Amino acid sequence: MKITLRVWRQKGPEDAGKMVEYQLDDVSPDMSFLEMLDVLNERLIAEGEEPIAFDHDCREGICGMCSLVINGVPHGPERATTTCQLHMRKFKDGDVIDVEPWRAQAFPVIKDLVVDRSAFDKIIQAGGYISAPTGSAPDAHSIPVPKPAADAAFEAAECIGCGACVAACPNGSAMLFTAAKVTHLGLLPQGQPERYDRVVKMVQAHDEAGFGGCTVTGECTVACPKGIPLETITRLNRDYLAATAAGKKKS
Amino acid sequence: MVQTSPRALPALYRSTIGKKAIMAVTGALMILFLVVHMVGNLKAFYGPAEIDEYAAWLRRIGAPALHYEWFLWIQRVGLLVVIGLHMLMAFQLTRRAKRARPTRYRHRPKVQGSYAARTMRWGGVIIVLFVIYHILDLTTGTVHPDYRDGEVYNNLVNDFAPERWYVTLFYALAVIAVGFHVRHGLTSAVQSLGIKSPQRARTLNLAATAFSVLLVAGYLSVPFAVTVGLVD
Amino acid sequence: MTDSFYTLGDPIADTKAPKGPIEERWSRRKFEMKLVNPANKRKKTIIVVGTGLAGGSAGATLGELGYKVIQFCFQDSPRRAHSIAAQGGINAAKNYRNDGDSVFRLFYDTVKGGDFRARESNVHRLAEISTQIIDQCVAQGVPFAREYGGLLDNRSFGGAQVSRTFYARGQTGQQLLLGAYQALMRQVDAGNVELHPRHEMLDLVVADGRARGVVVRNLVTGEIKTYTADAVVLATGGYGNVFYLSTNAMGSNATAIWRAHKRGALFGNPCFTQIHPTCIPVSGDHQSKLTLMSESLRNDGRVWVPVKAGDTRNPNDIPEDERDYYLERMYPAFGNLVPRDIASRAAKKVCDEGRGVGPGGRGVYLDFADAIKRLGIDAVKAKYGNLFDMYERITGENPYEVPMRIYPAVHYTMGGLWVDYDLESTIPGLFVIGEANFSDHGANRLGASALMQGLADGYFVLPNTIGNYLANNNKLGEVPAEVIAEAEAGVKAQIERLLSIDGDRTVDSFHRELGHIMWEYCGMERTDEGLRKALTLIPALREEFWQRVKVPGSADDLNQSLEKAGRVADFLELAELMVIDALHRTESCGGHFRAESQDADGEAKRDDANFSYVAAWEWAGEGKPPILHKEHLEFEYVKPSQRSYK
Ligand SMILES: Cc1cc2nc3c(=O)[nH]c(=O)nc-3n(C[C@H](O)[C@H](O)[C@H](O)COP(=O)(O)OP(=O)(O)OC[C@H]3O[C@@H](n4cnc5c(N)ncnc54)[C@H](O)[C@@H]3O)c2cc1C
Ligand code: HEM
Ligand code: HEM
Ligand code: SF4
Ligand code: F3S
Ligand code: FES
Repeated sequence: MKITLRVWRQKGPEDAGKMVEYQLDDVSPDMSFLEMLDVLNERLIAEGEEPIAFDHDCREGICGMCSLVINGVPHGPERATTTCQLHMRKFKDGDVIDVEPWRAQAFPVIKDLVVDRSAFDKIIQAGGYISAPTGSAPDAHSIPVPKPAADAAFEAAECIGCGACVAACPNGSAMLFTAAKVTHLGLLPQGQPERYDRVVKMVQAHDEAGFGGCTVTGECTVACPKGIPLETITRLNRDYLAATAAGKKKS
Repeated sequence: MVQTSPRALPALYRSTIGKKAIMAVTGALMILFLVVHMVGNLKAFYGPAEIDEYAAWLRRIGAPALHYEWFLWIQRVGLLVVIGLHMLMAFQLTRRAKRARPTRYRHRPKVQGSYAARTMRWGGVIIVLFVIYHILDLTTGTVHPDYRDGEVYNNLVNDFAPERWYVTLFYALAVIAVGFHVRHGLTSAVQSLGIKSPQRARTLNLAATAFSVLLVAGYLSVPFAVTVGLVD
Repeated sequence: MTDSFYTLGDPIADTKAPKGPIEERWSRRKFEMKLVNPANKRKKTIIVVGTGLAGGSAGATLGELGYKVIQFCFQDSPRRAHSIAAQGGINAAKNYRNDGDSVFRLFYDTVKGGDFRARESNVHRLAEISTQIIDQCVAQGVPFAREYGGLLDNRSFGGAQVSRTFYARGQTGQQLLLGAYQALMRQVDAGNVELHPRHEMLDLVVADGRARGVVVRNLVTGEIKTYTADAVVLATGGYGNVFYLSTNAMGSNATAIWRAHKRGALFGNPCFTQIHPTCIPVSGDHQSKLTLMSESLRNDGRVWVPVKAGDTRNPNDIPEDERDYYLERMYPAFGNLVPRDIASRAAKKVCDEGRGVGPGGRGVYLDFADAIKRLGIDAVKAKYGNLFDMYERITGENPYEVPMRIYPAVHYTMGGLWVDYDLESTIPGLFVIGEANFSDHGANRLGASALMQGLADGYFVLPNTIGNYLANNNKLGEVPAEVIAEAEAGVKAQIERLLSIDGDRTVDSFHRELGHIMWEYCGMERTDEGLRKALTLIPALREEFWQRVKVPGSADDLNQSLEKAGRVADFLELAELMVIDALHRTESCGGHFRAESQDADGEAKRDDANFSYVAAWEWAGEGKPPILHKEHLEFEYVKPSQRSYK
């Protein structure tokens, strides 16, 4: 396949950056999108140019490191698929593909397509955990968890922290990410003691990191490779208002 | 029941979720006004006496405790505060959003989320502009061709007369804009206030759509009826 | 029988494992240990490199205990460590199933599964701790699969006869890692852990014979900096990427442990690698990594190849009597469920006979037609739907209609830095945990045991043993400036050298070539001849690397080519040690199959008389043959026997 790539190149955080066009003549449909970039990079190195910097690690859709906006869509055109799991057979011979980094104030570009997502870690630090000091745990069977709650908690816990929700949201909001964690922990009995405190602290960290507010545009969930549902945000709002407006401390 | 801790409320106000909740509550109050207002408008179908009396009654509410038009003014001030808050929050959130997402994508994708969701901000501005015109038109009569105080029926019929079809059209467009705003606003408000449960997501969307369609239809019926001569 | 490619050193005298009844050893050891008093803990700094299950759990626990922790990972967030990719599950001897499981049985299965090349004391401790791990993770909110009664579900895994594997759908590693990550983030918030993501450790600082710090490169700014501490913990994962293609993440590397090795830490059993039988085959030269398909597929799928070599017909057109269900034929008792090493070798064998399928002939069918007929398509979908989707995404083929193609791939490295019972390497103050050390799995790891080991090390073992070290080394003093300067200078010199060669070959091309050599000669089947050949090819390739590699860009910003170059340079050295280890161990055991050592049926033949030891290698210096130290293995509780799955 012949593919024309237009890729965002930016030398460093201070550089203005621009789109640069590359022509690839020999793309195999079996390649993953990132393998296509690997091939291009090999060529660039051979030509004495700097290769395109992009984040990736596991290449199996689970680490959440890969992060490309492909034709304006975070993680590209295939639903519920990370960039690394996207394959070139989803494109046509002769396609022109635009590749850009995640765009958000809270995710500054480091170089080319690599952005800094440490704001997510800050949100988790603020309260995205259950305080369970090592060694203090009771037997795993001492608290049964109803299967539906466990399953729902699992589905929210599937979030890979990739940031596609932020990249897709016209408000640059990280509410889906935050809500996924609040939902995961808030559904489990173990998560109850800190439930209301957690949500207040996490939302505060979310706002302080410079993310926008959620106005229920719904694009985040469409871009989310793990299909984290919008209802998690509802749940987050409920817990947040209960904690602040109604002053709820314990469940 | 409410044992609000002292610092909780300022935190709530400062947070994006709190601001959104304020929008939801003010939006809901405005929707309440819209429903009552629509009911009032529909009285036009029962002839001049009924609607004019209704307008007069509006001004007498609370009597004798309240003086003439006091209630109306209280309501007007309330509404003004509500809309002001609503707009302030919308403005703050929008500014925040712009700051949170300063760079656009070179490649603009086709819109993936709902259309209504993306038109909330402009929709709101259009509605406010309409309301200003509308008040100058039917409350103060400033831009009305033949305004007579207290004669609501007359004011309506003259306003939407067939040859003034463009006014009717303008009203129609504005009301449709309100419909869009309300449709998304309702679902959004329910979600902002954390009321929606996953099982009811679809039901809620349907209900919001149905409500908005009814609202739009109710509002449009009066000007159209006048324009086509059903009410004259 | 010292050969010229290595020299023999002194055997390892003491592993610090206590004597006495095996079930009392860990408590005994814990009781013997000196403790650090709480007020002093705050004055003790510990460096932890790595944030996977091992490093994450260790950092969280040490921070909670009150130590000052400085922690590094090369990814942009600790949550991305490759532990996240583990699918299947984690073992624990809870015996919730009442099916006869016990700590002793888990211990027994692990020693036997490791083909009697692991230390009994360690394995028993691992089995003891396994139950606590599950409690800990549940308390943290790990959403393990549950049954309708609200209690935890279990599945059976990898040859075990009991159901002791806890899981969270196909994402057990992710959920466990997020649990550890969250615990770690809590400590970061509390100010007990200072976190440095996008930092790569490039050298170990050894002062006065003790590990006292690390030299790291800030991957964003390129800054080289030394951090010092009272002790250093390496939790940097496995080195399977020495084979280029593996199920490991792209960034998984040996750099941290290799540099520590060069600073004096012995390297245990480097050649013990696990090849996983069910991975998606290579589709072309552009391939950058291999994807694992959960082993659970073998519960219902049937493995076969055409009877005739070179049969390129569509698999659905090949009639039953022209198919060879070779696992069922060769191992009637276990059939498609034989252990990983056996299934992998069998696949290689049929492909070597020219009967492999798919592009390149390196693949065998994993066929669900029977299962679909028997269970119905919906039941198969419910069980394996996500795996089938993943397969389709990668290959573009629909496995409900066409049989899947699978092939073995490098998956796990049992080898790693040698550690004693306290998880301390031969450099005092350097502790090694998780896949980065050699402990516990012997010559073959059982499924669902790596997650268990990583968390046992990080949550429960290391926090105890490192305290003992710190209590015994209360007055360490400052690290001399010249020691730091020397280490930093070495790191900078290498970076400059890499950038200045400006040759004509990319780093990846060297890595790929190294991978080919390793896979060919030090992969599933190893021969004296092949290994000797590799022993000439690898140094030549290394030589060429240092002449011809091209690393564009500068040292002062994000430079992914430079990062890779450093890692590949280390792989090029480690590979040689792996080959030497494989060459010296003329027996077959576990994942290490020497063609010369097999029985009449082609099964692996162990040689307990000569090889019942851990091979712990010492770096003797550039260009010098490494020195072998043997840790003799004693089996008091599980008597060595030949494995059989017929
Ligand atoms: C696809 C796959 C599936 C698996 N499935 C299972 C399973 O079902 N059950 C099971 O028990 N095991 C499984 N395993 C094995 C298991 O996941 C790993 O052995 C285990 O998670 C390793 O954990 P770790 O903490 O030792 O290392 P890792 O999780 O690999 O973490 C390594 C850490 O070290 C850091 N690091 C590395 N080098 C440096 C450096 N030079 N400088 C700074 N930081 C560095 C990294 O950033 C990372 O944080 C699987 C493995 C794979 C690849
Ligand atoms: C198209 C249908 C509509 C008709 C026929 C209509 C008619 C009227 C009339 C006759 C009045 C004056 C009432 C009085 O003085 O007693 C009025 C006032 C008003 N209308 Fe409407 N209206 C319509 C739509 C709307 C819409 C869509 C909105 C808001 C979005 C709106 C907002 C108002 C407001 C704010 C007032 C002023 C109320 C006050 O005096 O305090 N109207 N309308
Ligand atoms: C008749 C007048 C109006 C009504 C009935 C109304 C109603 C609502 C409601 C119910 C919401 C949802 C709140 C939530 O999401 O929780 C909303 C949102 C919003 N409104 Fe209004 N509103 C009106 C006027 C305006 C005006 C005048 C503006 C603008 C300046 C405006 C701008 C917005 C914005 C920006 C939002 C948020 C966008 C979003 O939720 O996606 N609205 N409105
Ligand atoms: S919610 Fe979805 S899109 Fe957002 S970080 Fe998590 S997985 Fe990525
Ligand atoms: S797209 Fe943005 S506005 Fe809310 S629903 Fe998603 S965070
Ligand atoms: S590289 Fe890990 S999710 Fe894509």
